Amino acid sequence: MSSSLAANGDMLVILRHAPHGSSWLREGLDAALVAAAFGQRVSLLFQGDGIMALVPGQEPGALGQKGTAATLDMLAMYDIESFYADASALDRFDMAPDDLQLPSLPVDGATIAQLIASHRLVLTF
Amino acid sequence: MRYGLLVQGAPYSSQASHSALRFATALIARGHQLECVFFYHDGVYNASRLAAPPQDEPHLVDAWRGLNAGHGTQLQVCIAAALRRGLLDERESARHGKTGHSIEPPFELTGLGQLVDLGNQVDRLVTFAP
Repeated sequence: MSSSLAANGDMLVILRHAPHGSSWLREGLDAALVAAAFGQRVSLLFQGDGIMALVPGQEPGALGQKGTAATLDMLAMYDIESFYADASALDRFDMAPDDLQLPSLPVDGATIAQLIASHRLVLTF
Repeated sequence: MRYGLLVQGAPYSSQASHSALRFATALIARGHQLECVFFYHDGVYNASRLAAPPQDEPHLVDAWRGLNAGHGTQLQVCIAAALRRGLLDERESARHGKTGHSIEPPFELTGLGQLVDLGNQVDRLVTFAP
């Protein structure tokens, strides 16, 4: 568990929705990519159900919705490399940091508050 | 203070638009500047020129227009979120070979880059989501 954060940035994008039930995750990731393309230093926080985005293999399914796995793979090309995962959600879903598609730092509630405070702009999806 | 709003809820489906409008009115009454309202996700439906709510409900689209007319607030709509939901202005309608359009000024279709710019310009960017 991290208690101090090395990273800060221009924008924190908080992703709170799982991949397939809605377009929240896709549209949140789109906002992160565009911000990075505009030169912002972007961090991503996967919170609550949002950590399901980090389960590998979120490909398009039978419903024909776009998958998000490929988008997560693109983040590095946009220099988005600061990833945080809500530790309580990891516990709740019995997920370990090694299970995640992106190397994400588990963060507790107090650290999430620090993250929000250390970014000038916060968008929540 | 200079404010921007990000609205992500569809009108009448969720509280987001109603709350955002109340907040907008309060800001202006207190002497703040509301630079822009940016509509994203299902919030893009707030821009539909064809909205026809019953008379005993507030007309949210007209209320947004009123903010522009009375206060000069820009009303920007994410083009990618709008197009896939069937919200097109005259130019996009023609470009996609459609008849009719569902967005008209003062609402304008713009990119998400404008949201990033807005976040950098204003003192506070406040999100209203379902």
